[in-house]
Parts: sequence; structure tokens; C-alpha cells
Amino acid sequence: MNAPPAQRLMAAALSLLFGGGVAWVVLQLPAESTGLATLAYEALPRSGVSNPVTAVLLNYRSYDTLLETGVLLLALCGVWSLCRDEDWGGMPGAAARLLDGGPQLPAFVRVIAPAGVLVGGYLLWAGSHAPGGAFQAGTVLAATAALLLLGRLALPPSTGSIGARAVVVAGFVAFFGAGLLFMAGPRAFLEYPPALAKPLIVTIETVLTISIAATLALLIAGPPSAPPPPAGHGR
Amino acid sequence: VSGFTLYALTAVALFTIGLYGLIARRHLVRRIIAVNFMGGGVFLLLGAGAARPAADGLVDPVPHAMVITGIVVAVSATALALTLAARITAATGSPRLPESGAPGDSGA
Repeated sequence: MNAPPAQRLMAAALSLLFGGGVAWVVLQLPAESTGLATLAYEALPRSGVSNPVTAVLLNYRSYDTLLETGVLLLALCGVWSLCRDEDWGGMPGAAARLLDGGPQLPAFVRVIAPAGVLVGGYLLWAGSHAPGGAFQAGTVLAATAALLLLGRLALPPSTGSIGARAVVVAGFVAFFGAGLLFMAGPRAFLEYPPALAKPLIVTIETVLTISIAATLALLIAGPPSAPPPPAGHGR
Repeated sequence: VSGFTLYALTAVALFTIGLYGLIARRHLVRRIIAVNFMGGGVFLLLGAGAARPAADGLVDPVPHAMVITGIVVAVSATALALTLAARITAATGSPRLPESGAPGDSGA
């Protein structure tokens, strides 16, 4: 079942050696450090938001965040690509269909799902001035969607549906588009004029939340596991 | 022991447990869980490092931003890994990769 005892012993020794080394390095770190906090707070009035974490994500280091939303899309492409040829463009969710949890799960999901939507919406709204934001809100909404799928209260969209694909890429497209918007002037890619930063960031975050939620929920639903409907692109 | 030291050593312990699991365990789902342990350790270390006391009392928001996107990327990577593991299990009938040179390993 597992590796033979000798190999496991070696693995344990190797892991402990490595862990010990990392622990030693970590303990050498200065106990007090400002890191980039001073810089981040100094630029905050020009970032368009008053939550420094959102400022880092969607302003100072937005290039990084843009690429990370691209990683989500690539992961979804990877998951969808692992289906059988005849299922390409079909509906995902084999795992949910296999699960027969009885009546408890749907009853629980009916209670918890509205709360999930409320919490997700609040996190998105709070992101500009308090802990929260697109990634947090998207994750909560995706978890809610996953519960709806597992409780069989909702069916996932067909992976060939143009609508579903549009929702999944909308966040990346909006983010990228906002980055291009002011490049005609003296500004660089993803550099926003301070006066317009807030509306831009809130718009990007809203679209991003929906896309992240849809992408994560479809990742959980898995690869298409049934052939697509013969005509049209219905759900 | 300062708060930072405690959290940082916990993070290193999580990472070490994950590293051991990744090497010693054969079942692909266990290995994926092990990698998530390692990721959890890294996220905890970043969070602890950001909260080290500073002269001006500010908390560094940059590691926090890295952790929040990191968690979402880790979730999507885990989903991709689990899908691959399920595909491998469906194709080979075993949730373990064939190991070359492992004595007595018949994939069981």
C-alpha cells in the first residue's frame, strides 16, 4: 500500500532534515520587520481603495493578480480536456450524480445557500474598505454553487455552452481591458488614473467575483461526463 | 516564544509533514492532500511573517494578497490534480502510479 519501511524511514529523515533547515532559516528572520507596509500605506490614498490588501491585489500588483485569474482559466481548460472525446462540450457533474446522500443534504443546502449568496455579496462589497474582495467572495459563492450541485438542486451548465464560457472568461477579459484602457496616454499597462481607480477596481472586482465563482464551481463539477445535447446549446 | 516564532514553526511542521507524505505515500489522493499540507504551511508562514511587529505598527498587506490569490490557485490546482487522479484510476484501475524498481509493487 505505502512505500516499504526502509523508504519511509529515508523519506522521514529527508523531510526532517529539510524541515529543520527551513526552521533554522525562519528563526534567523528579524523578529521585527515592516516589509512593504510603509510603502503600501503611503500610496493608499492614490490607489482608489482604503483596504491595503485590495490595493495590492488590484492596483500595485494587479499584473500578478491578472495572471492568477489566467491560471484559473488554464486549470479549467485542463480539467475539461480530461474528458472522453464523445463527452466534449457535454455536461459535467458525474461525482454529484454518483452521490446519493438522501434528503438531508438538499434540505441543508436549501437553508445554507441563501446565506452563502449573502456572505459572498457582502465580501465583494466590503472589499474596497475592509477584509474581503473578489477572491474571497468568489470562493464563498463557488462553495455555495458546489453545495447546490451536490444537493442536486441545480444542474451545471453544459461545458459547450457559449453563456457558461463567457461567464468564465469575463473576469479576465474585463481585467485585461481595464489595463489597456489608459495605455493611449502616458500610462503603463494596468496603471489607472487615481480619480478613476475606485470605479475601475469595483467594476473589475464585481466581474471577477462572478468569473472566479463560476470557474471554481465548474472545477469542482469536474470534466464533462455526458455527451452534449445533439442540437443547440441548451443547459 | 513570540507569536511569530510559534506560527512560523507550526508552518514549517505542516510543510515537513506534507513533504513526508508526498514522498512516502503512494495513493494519489494522499499525495494531493500532502501537497495541500505543504501549501498550508507556506500560507501560514506568509501570514505570520506579515504580522511581525513593526516600528510603526503596520501590518504588511503584500503577503496577505499573495496568500489569498495563492489559496484560490491552490484550490484550482487541486481540482486539476484530482481530475487527473480520477482519470488515471479509470484508465489503469489503480489510484497509484506504477513505480519502477519497487519490489513487490503490483499496484495493489
